[in-house]
Order: sequence, then structure tokens, then C-alpha cells
Amino acid sequence: MALADLVACPRCDALWRVPAAAPGTRAACARCGTVLISPRRHAGMAIVSMSLAAVVLVFGALWFPFLSVEVQGLGHGATLWEVATSFAGGPLFVVSLAVTAAIVVLPLLRAGLLLYTLTPVVFDRPPRPLAAPAFRLSERLRPWSMAEIFAIGCAVSLTKVADLATVTLGPAFWMFAALVVVTVVQDRLVCRWSVWQAIGRA
Amino acid sequence: MSDLHALTAREAGLVACRLCSRVWPGGTPRCARCGAALQSRDPLALSRVWAWWVAGVMAYVPANLWPMLETRTLLVRRDDTIIAGALELWAGGARGVALIILAASVLIPLLKFFAIAYLALSATRPVLLSPHARLRLYEVVEYIGRWSMIDVFVVAILASLVQLDVVASIQPGPASLAFALSVISTMLSAQAFDPRALWDGIERDAAAPARAPA
Repeated sequence: MALADLVACPRCDALWRVPAAAPGTRAACARCGTVLISPRRHAGMAIVSMSLAAVVLVFGALWFPFLSVEVQGLGHGATLWEVATSFAGGPLFVVSLAVTAAIVVLPLLRAGLLLYTLTPVVFDRPPRPLAAPAFRLSERLRPWSMAEIFAIGCAVSLTKVADLATVTLGPAFWMFAALVVVTVVQDRLVCRWSVWQAIGRA
Repeated sequence: MSDLHALTAREAGLVACRLCSRVWPGGTPRCARCGAALQSRDPLALSRVWAWWVAGVMAYVPANLWPMLETRTLLVRRDDTIIAGALELWAGGARGVALIILAASVLIPLLKFFAIAYLALSATRPVLLSPHARLRLYEVVEYIGRWSMIDVFVVAILASLVQLDVVASIQPGPASLAFALSVISTMLSAQAFDPRALWDGIERDAAAPARAPA
């Protein structure tokens, strides 16, 4: 039997024959239950459109006002960029880098990498020369892209501030909320096995 | 016990790619499909887990002792640690939010430290929990580890938003750096763990003298 007809569970190393999974069904490892293959019809096009949407939303969220507060006639607004870089001065600068990466750079980079990897596949063109490293990087960065966690952080901070001041949610806030939804749905749609089948060299 | 046994890639003399699930003849250095480095079992994996684990625990101590937020209002200036900030929220009536902060910043990191240590220890000696249960534990640790960053984000938002001249201003405290480092180290520790080690123990335990089933 050819090795290409086998699939090994990444979590328990059990070896299986590649199952014939119809679109919309999922094939899981019979020993540990890890989902191995979950193809979906038209998933490629959906992922490409969502990646495009994510790029637009990140730039929009950076451009428009994010949040502003007002108390006793004094007001102050912050853009998403100012939120990400608020740890100014001294060693705390490092935290700014981490926050900027987690909520701006990595969501943007991952959307870009997915567009680069999947756009040719969706339009039945040969994959780009660097498609494999690009998708590999995108997969490695996945845990570090934290848009949805930042959204919960927003909710917590708003409750904290709401007592002392009037808070206004800017357009960027809603764009960021949309970005969270897009990112979560997109990650659910990606079937890694199918992507590697489409772009892999072997 | 029988459903625990399965032919593994390693037993078949093959090496599996953990990134794309393709299998190759044993000893192949790099996956020709996705380009990831291949190693049937990395002998240094557990050392890396413990190294990042120690870094995470060490950073977690100042993260709780140093101030997370420095709040200045007209009359007072106060420094709040993570726990003090959450207790103040609780006293102010925002109990749900206080619980979220306590769960994300205190409970989850502590449980993560214990869970990773337990999993790493279980890779080399027999333990009570089945591989299935330990894999679930690993998946939970991997999933919720990132959520501890909530508190760092909260500090970022408050510090950028609450800048109202003399009336009130909030500055991030040094604990934010320690806390972020602790979360990142713990995430790296969990990522360094190879869950396949949980299953390799089945053959080893089966070969050992009979133990009472848990």
C-alpha cells in the first residue's frame, strides 16, 4: 500500500487508511477521537472571501475611532493602535509589541497567508511556489492570533469604566467585533488535510 | 483495554508529520508535502516542556505581587495587583466580571501549571488517568491557555482610554510584563509537549507487571 494512502493521527500516532470522507462529513481517529479530515464543499471560496474581509476589517479597525470616554466634560478617545501601544516607556514596551502582534499583526498576516495559499487553489490554478511554507507559518501562528480574546477583554474593561464615565463605542469597535466572528468561522471551515492535499508537492 | 491498542506509525516503522498527518519511511528528516521537520519522538521534548514551565512559574510570582494597574485620581494614587483589582470589582458589585478576571488570571494559570506538570510526569511513569482522559486534559490546557491574556488586554484598553488629565488616569504596572511573559511561557510549554507520549505508555504499562485497573 502506498504511504500516500495512509494518515497518522497527530495526537496519538495511530495509523489509518485515508477514509473516503464525503463533503460535509468528518473522519476522526478511532482511538483518540481527533478529527483528521473534514472536507466541505465550497470551503475554499468561503475562506478566501473571509480572509479578504478580515484584511479590510483590520485596516478599518485601525483607521476609525475605537472607544472614547467622557466624564465631567473631559473626554478622551483611543484608536485600536493606541490601545495596542499603550505600554509606553521602559521594559513595558515589550508588552506593547506582544499586544500589537496578537490583535493586529498576526490576524492580518494570517489572512494574507491564507489568501496567498488558497486563492490559486480556488480558481483551479497551480499552487504558488511558497504555498507550503506560507500555510505552515499560518498554522504555527494560529494560537498567537488573539482577536477573540481581546474582544472579551473589551467587555471586561467596559464594565470597569462604565461606572466612572460615559463610554462611546466607535465604528472601529464594531469592525473589530466583525473581525472576531469572521476569524472564528474561518478557522472552523479550514480542513487542513484537504488544504495539504491541494497545495502539497507529494 | 483493547480499544486503546492501535497500530501506530512508529510501530509500523514509519514517521508521521504532526503538522499535515502524512506518513513517511522511518528516519525521513523532513516532510516532503508540507516541509515540516519530522521526528518520530523528540527526546528533548520533555526538557523543553519543563524549561518553559519553570519560566512560566517564575514569571507568575511577580505577576501577582507587583501592581498591574496604577490609578491616579484627583486625591489618591493607588496601585492594584491582579487580585486586589478583582476584589475591588467584586466589592463594587460587578461580580461576574470579577469572576472572569479571577478565573482567567488566577485559576486558569494555576490549573495549567498543575496540568502540564501532571502530563509531563505521566509521560514517563504509570498514572491513574487513562490516555483518553489525559488527552482531553491536554486539549483543555492547549485551548484555555491563551485566554489568560484577557487581563493584559484589559490593562491595555484601560491605560489607553482613561487618560483624563487630573481627574483620572490609569498607567500599566510592571506586573503586566511579568504576566504576559508567564502566559507566553506556559503556552510554549504546552506546545512543546508531544501528546503522542501519552499513548506510548500503553505498551510500556501493558508490559509492566499487572497493575490494578483504575
